[in-house]
Amino acid sequence: MTDLQQRPDGVGFGRVIRKEDARFVRGKGNYVDDIVLPGMLFGAVLRSPYAHAKIVSIDTSAAEAHPKVKAVITGALLETLSLAWIPSLSHDVIAVLATDKVRYQGQEVAFVVAEDKYAARDALELIDVEYEVLAPVVDAKRALDPDAAVIRTDIEGKKDNYIFDWGSGDEDATEAVFKKADVIVEQDMLYPRVHPAPMETCGAVADMDPISGKLTIYCTTQAPHAHRTLYALVAGLPEHKLRVFSPDIGGGFGNKVGIYPGYVLAVVGSILTKRPVKWVEDRSENLMSTSFARDYHMHGKIAATKDGKILGLRVDVLADHGAFNNTAQPTKFPAGFFHVFSGSYDLEAAYCAVKGVYTNKAPGGVAYACSFRVTEAVYVVERMVDRLALELDMDPADLRMKNLLRPEQFPYTSPTGWEYDSGEYPRALELAMKMAGYWDLRKEQAEKRARGELMGIGISFFTETVGAGPKKHMDILGLGMADGCEVRVHPTGKAVVRLSVQTQGQGHETTFAQIVSEVTGIPVADVEVVHGDTDNTPFGLGTYGSRSTPVSGAAAAVASKRIVDKARLIAAAMLECSPDDLEWELGRWQVKGDPSAGKTIAEIAFAAHATLELPEGLEGHLDASCVYDPPNLTFPFGAYICVVDVDPGTAKVTVRRFIAVDDCGPRINPMIVEGQVHGGLADGVGMALMESIAFDEDGNCLGGSLMDYLLPTSIECPSWETGETVTPSPHHPLGLKGVGESATVGSPPAVVNAVLDALKPFGVKHADMPLTPAQVWRAMQGRPMRTDMAIQ
Amino acid sequence: MFGPAPLARTWGVKLNMQVPAPVEYERATSLTEVFDLLERYGPESRVIAGGHSLLPMMKIRLARPEVLIDINDLTELDYIRIDGGELRIGAMVRHATLMSSPLAGEYYPIFAEAEAVIADPIVRNRGTVGGSLCQADPAEDLSAVFAALKATVVISGKSSSRTVPISEFHTGPYTTVVGPEEILTEVRVHLRANAGSAYEKVERRLGDWAIAAVGAMVRIEGGLIVEAGIGLAAVRAEHYSAPEAEQILVGSAPSDELVERAASLAGEHCNPSADQRGPVDYKRHLVKELTTRALKRSISRALPEGA
Repeated sequence: MTDLQQRPDGVGFGRVIRKEDARFVRGKGNYVDDIVLPGMLFGAVLRSPYAHAKIVSIDTSAAEAHPKVKAVITGALLETLSLAWIPSLSHDVIAVLATDKVRYQGQEVAFVVAEDKYAARDALELIDVEYEVLAPVVDAKRALDPDAAVIRTDIEGKKDNYIFDWGSGDEDATEAVFKKADVIVEQDMLYPRVHPAPMETCGAVADMDPISGKLTIYCTTQAPHAHRTLYALVAGLPEHKLRVFSPDIGGGFGNKVGIYPGYVLAVVGSILTKRPVKWVEDRSENLMSTSFARDYHMHGKIAATKDGKILGLRVDVLADHGAFNNTAQPTKFPAGFFHVFSGSYDLEAAYCAVKGVYTNKAPGGVAYACSFRVTEAVYVVERMVDRLALELDMDPADLRMKNLLRPEQFPYTSPTGWEYDSGEYPRALELAMKMAGYWDLRKEQAEKRARGELMGIGISFFTETVGAGPKKHMDILGLGMADGCEVRVHPTGKAVVRLSVQTQGQGHETTFAQIVSEVTGIPVADVEVVHGDTDNTPFGLGTYGSRSTPVSGAAAAVASKRIVDKARLIAAAMLECSPDDLEWELGRWQVKGDPSAGKTIAEIAFAAHATLELPEGLEGHLDASCVYDPPNLTFPFGAYICVVDVDPGTAKVTVRRFIAVDDCGPRINPMIVEGQVHGGLADGVGMALMESIAFDEDGNCLGGSLMDYLLPTSIECPSWETGETVTPSPHHPLGLKGVGESATVGSPPAVVNAVLDALKPFGVKHADMPLTPAQVWRAMQGRPMRTDMAIQ
Repeated sequence: MFGPAPLARTWGVKLNMQVPAPVEYERATSLTEVFDLLERYGPESRVIAGGHSLLPMMKIRLARPEVLIDINDLTELDYIRIDGGELRIGAMVRHATLMSSPLAGEYYPIFAEAEAVIADPIVRNRGTVGGSLCQADPAEDLSAVFAALKATVVISGKSSSRTVPISEFHTGPYTTVVGPEEILTEVRVHLRANAGSAYEKVERRLGDWAIAAVGAMVRIEGGLIVEAGIGLAAVRAEHYSAPEAEQILVGSAPSDELVERAASLAGEHCNPSADQRGPVDYKRHLVKELTTRALKRSISRALPEGA
């Protein structure tokens, strides 16, 4: 067994058992749906059965006559409150309740508030909506056809389904390297629409106090402060009378970044009924209507010399944004950080062009690095490198090793302008290959191929791009992406740290206590983490894009450092010496040359609150705060190797092994890091092999339940083999980089590359995810299917 | 309709109804009481056993019975025994019980093989043999198993009971010959000497419905196949069976070529439809592949050791 408590004094980084587990393993978590308030009512949403239809009429009279129904809200009512439409996170608008027409299956049409949740659902059936069905736009590739129906008729003068064009890199320089290349490989590929599918669906309890005018929203949100400000801006509610409270969150993965119509409807319901209103969506509502991920149709083109030096990469993307453009992007970057697609390689030039279109599908796209599109970027470059290896008949590991950025190139400026902070890429790949026994696996594969058995080995080397971000470049709806943190040491030496970010299960209550502990020497057990409550925490933009550790973790480290600095001045006063005569021994300031003379942080904390006369200009107490504006993003990276076996008869894929070497800088709590990596790897296996939200020709969502949207189980996952290298970030105060999405970003291409490697004897060059048995068999027949449409 | 193909398309109109409509509940403690309740409440009542198919249908309001008649107290129907040269399986036998039954396994390894790939342990601990057959889901595994074994089903009413061959039990997807005031009480399978059986299934993920599944049974005497059964699930084979394939097996000596021919016929004669589990050509291929595997294993089990 692993020694969980590495440091006997319980201080700082190490394998500390998670503080939150004490309640979670006892079933004592407190989620939004656990919240019960006196007089609370329940809401339910009526949703559109059609992907595209005009609303002719809505008759709510029968629902209103239901004895337990307290209110029925329609788009027409919301229009009178100017709340039928709200801003999206990408400078578009989204409908709270449809007024003119419905634009995707599952869109919100009406909201019932009733005395219990069963009555609310029963009353939905009593609402009579007359629809005039319109032709839907389902295929993103045909969204800009001249005869395609115009989805966004709400935008004045809109005559097509075009959203934006955006490019990055040097197109001319890229074309120039293609001209001189010996080898050019092109490949179309789809990163299909997938869903974060958190275990807890989205929900809210809105409680408007009609006397004080204070509105409390208990909500499944990863970004409580951003929500509060947006409610203030959108609904004109005074921000000081708004409290957003995010209790335990059962997984987010980006799904809980945005503001959903259901949240707004709970608020409106509470204002109208003057009683608390709870709304919690069910599984199908979550899968069909909330933020999805990906949906990028990509065309990659890679150029190289004949001996395998990669020269350049170009990617053209058609991005399916659904009915409303609701991805969460910094204003400057409508395709997020997709332009990090040159990946981990030393290229002369690169260029990407992204075109966004509307379709009659659910809007969103805020999901596991998807919003920032690093997942798609890593997938396209890692697939293109494998395609090149196939063309050159080179081993994919050799080709990668030949082209990886070298340690001496850091800090490295990519062809599209990113400054990678630090990296030792070959070391990570070498370790992964050693753990895998890579060359032995290749031998085994050759022997099996001779016998007609199908075994594949897939590699992915990824560079993540996290910790958004520097205020000068990045915002969400104009709000800068800096985060605040406050640390307060109580008189007895115990501490509280208040955060702007919000955990969804990744263990902030433990890791942020460890950060404070690592800097101040206060034991982890003595540091309380407060988060998820806008009344009791400093402002910040929340947790997504693996930003908690790089941004908020830096804020906690800086604030803790300020505590230590202040403690030095107090210790000097206590010891009647000059601060310059003191040296820091973790948890204690002591006199240089006389370690027996010193004061612990607890003694200093008491003195700071006591009667001790402090030096001129120094206030009492032992508190500090910080608003951290990161100077750059951080760039975690990793080398993944996947080994699969494919049944030649049934075409079913079995993942036999998965080796994951991650470098996220120093690890606050290695156990939590490994847990995050395990989860991300499972997610990657799911996306690569089974997860799918396709749509039929009528725009019906074919992934609207967990019977249709398959998440992997332990049976489909191998026993993960994890390894690490440590390359600190030079600009983070503790060298930390973040790890939340690394495995999700890095694993899908490894699985896909492995499956396609297994299919090499069939001449298969590419097949899109998910690589279900049917898709693998079709690929073996030379006829892979489109995976965004219903299988015909 | 509740099943692999049509569900997603009907899902839209039944969005977010994941609480059932109001329903009355009765709990029967004897067969007599079941029949009384069925008579009293009529066709708008539904018998509930394991509930792992009915309750999800009720939650999305695809099923809206007015009354549920709970038969979980009918332990008298929870048995697996040998009687009259037959293996008799009571309707209330849970999947998990059948999976681990040494008696059933001694005669027919197909039971343990099929049960091991039915849904997941939670469903297997609760779901029943009778419920599975009566649900008549086109992808239901036990229907294919009993088709391969050429079982007989006992259907009981208040005053009489009748036996029906499995090949006449299903009348279409989700429909059977069980009348409104009847319930299925037992399934019977002949005990066969020199027989072998096996089950093969491919699913996209553990717990998903089959893309295709094949059960096989052969009896071999004097070096010839004298009886053969092939059951197919999830590919809309009539009565879950493949009579054309069975026919060419009977009377012939087992060989790879024969198996191949039978498997091809099974693949050609079923009627799979395209859905997110796969296109028609793949499903036909899979039926052929799985029939080959199930038959080969059945044959090797039917032959005496070392033959």
